[in-house]
Amino acid sequence: MVKLLGRRLLATIPLLFLVSLVVFALVHALPGDPAVLFLGEEADPETLARFRVRLGLDRPLVAQYAAWLGRALRGDLGRSLRTNQPVAEAILERLPVTLELLVAALSVSLAIAIPMGIVSAVKRNSGVDLVSTVFALVGFAMPGFWLGIILIYVFALLLRWLPPSGWVPLPASVPQNLLSLVLPAFTLGTALAALVTRQLRSGMLEVLRQDYVRTAQAKGLSERQVVGKHALKNALISVVTVVGLQLGGLLGNTIITETLFALPGVGRLMIDSIFSRDFFVVQGVILFLAVGYVLSNLLVDVLYSYLDPRIRLH
Amino acid sequence: MDGASLTAIALRQFRRSHVGRVGAALVATFLGLTALAPLLAPYDPVATDFATVLAPPSWTHPFGTDDIGRDILSRVIHGSRVSLEAGLFTVAVALVVGLPLGLAAGFVGGRVDDLIMRAVEVILSFPTLVLALGITAILGPKLIHALFAIGVVFVPHFARLIRGQVLAVKENDFVAAATALGATDLRVVVLHVLPNCIAPLLVQSSFSISFAILTEAALSFLGLGTQPPTPSWGIMLSTARAYLEQAPWLGAFPGLAIFLTVLGFNLLGDGIRDALDPRLTL
Repeated sequence: MVKLLGRRLLATIPLLFLVSLVVFALVHALPGDPAVLFLGEEADPETLARFRVRLGLDRPLVAQYAAWLGRALRGDLGRSLRTNQPVAEAILERLPVTLELLVAALSVSLAIAIPMGIVSAVKRNSGVDLVSTVFALVGFAMPGFWLGIILIYVFALLLRWLPPSGWVPLPASVPQNLLSLVLPAFTLGTALAALVTRQLRSGMLEVLRQDYVRTAQAKGLSERQVVGKHALKNALISVVTVVGLQLGGLLGNTIITETLFALPGVGRLMIDSIFSRDFFVVQGVILFLAVGYVLSNLLVDVLYSYLDPRIRLH
Repeated sequence: MDGASLTAIALRQFRRSHVGRVGAALVATFLGLTALAPLLAPYDPVATDFATVLAPPSWTHPFGTDDIGRDILSRVIHGSRVSLEAGLFTVAVALVVGLPLGLAAGFVGGRVDDLIMRAVEVILSFPTLVLALGITAILGPKLIHALFAIGVVFVPHFARLIRGQVLAVKENDFVAAATALGATDLRVVVLHVLPNCIAPLLVQSSFSISFAILTEAALSFLGLGTQPPTPSWGIMLSTARAYLEQAPWLGAFPGLAIFLTVLGFNLLGDGIRDALDPRLTL
């Protein structure tokens, strides 16, 4: 397992290098001068020139990239143009919020999808199956920001059960923290729940047709044992696949969810920095999220091959 | 089989599919709204009327009015045009760039394939919305920039799909026969390989349009896509957030419009995919 992880990590290095190149190019090579982007088109040429010299933007692009990459490898992503705070520090400050939101959304989606997927496969063509199919179609087509608005309206404004927005850090109060997380977690997790439900249902249906399941049934095992012990294990592999494939979508949607619920996470940092034209922070956050995405995909890949020996042997 | 063409079989299958028919009906409604928007909308979508600010749904304003007295029904109808633009433009960008890349990667193979697939892998290393946001942020918050950004993030999906199809199709005898008869590579690709890629492209395009509509709405919701006063469903939802307690109808209708349109294209994609299954059974 460790050997496999090491091998995959080595293979990822060139990809990460290319990712860093794209992130750098995004800010420096696309039309639009970063100095103008930050200072605005009304800035006079002298101020623009001074700004470029101060940030090294007057140097050749290759030299700028080499210097930026060298610093990034040491964990230095530059400083915010607005607050002068190191970008890496700003990201790390907000990371716990985003991670907590991701974990909560993932937990919500699996808590909904696993029982729903299993029951709809086992009770195929029943009322439960119909409900699960409708949920999968609706959940996947519903824009997260609309679902969030509906949830805020119903549970925060009408019923007054939960806060409409805001964040209470975990160390400040565990119950308040969990309450502030409920609506964002459902907003972010519903689409994934819909996808996983659909995937698990078809995965279970496929597994339930296999010979070894028939053998287990013929041995006289109860339905609970056949489903829980024999079928589910294999069907869950498809869940790992779909969750892995959707990690990017989940990461992207944290930006919307954090904005909607005013959560001080990494996504909100990105949006605030875009509007304040703080392009070093934007660049840092994109690099951070892309590297995080590549590494989490790598972990999913390794986990996948660990769960399914056929892939490991191949 | 009764000797019918693949297209006829697929159409017959599609007509039998409930999912496909519901999807087609929703998409047809959406297309009808966009085409007839100026005729169907009862008011000018950008005309303000400060005498009827935040008016609830009524006979004169069936979906109510917004914070500066604009008619929400008219804005929802005209907003469909932005969504259609988003869907068509982004899929066009993805096709114009992704199709030749996928064809070249699959047909030429070797180093060309390695190079293109490595580039595809790099773009796929970014969460879609993060990359679209990054491109829009740098280019500036405008609808056309947002659409270009969404198109760019779709390119790898189309390139990879086409490459896979080409790899499968080019092993067929009819491709070998065309080559043996002296057909050039370009002729083989255009006349023999490309027509066999159209079916999966149709399915991918349907899902991509729905995703583009969602992404455009998301970017506009965040303030980085369509800019006011142009009616866009995403902007309308963003405005609705501020008046949720006083005027919940502000967000109800644009949200429902996005949901039904996205559902329509998803179901249509499912229907087309199911209808194309007979190919496998022949």
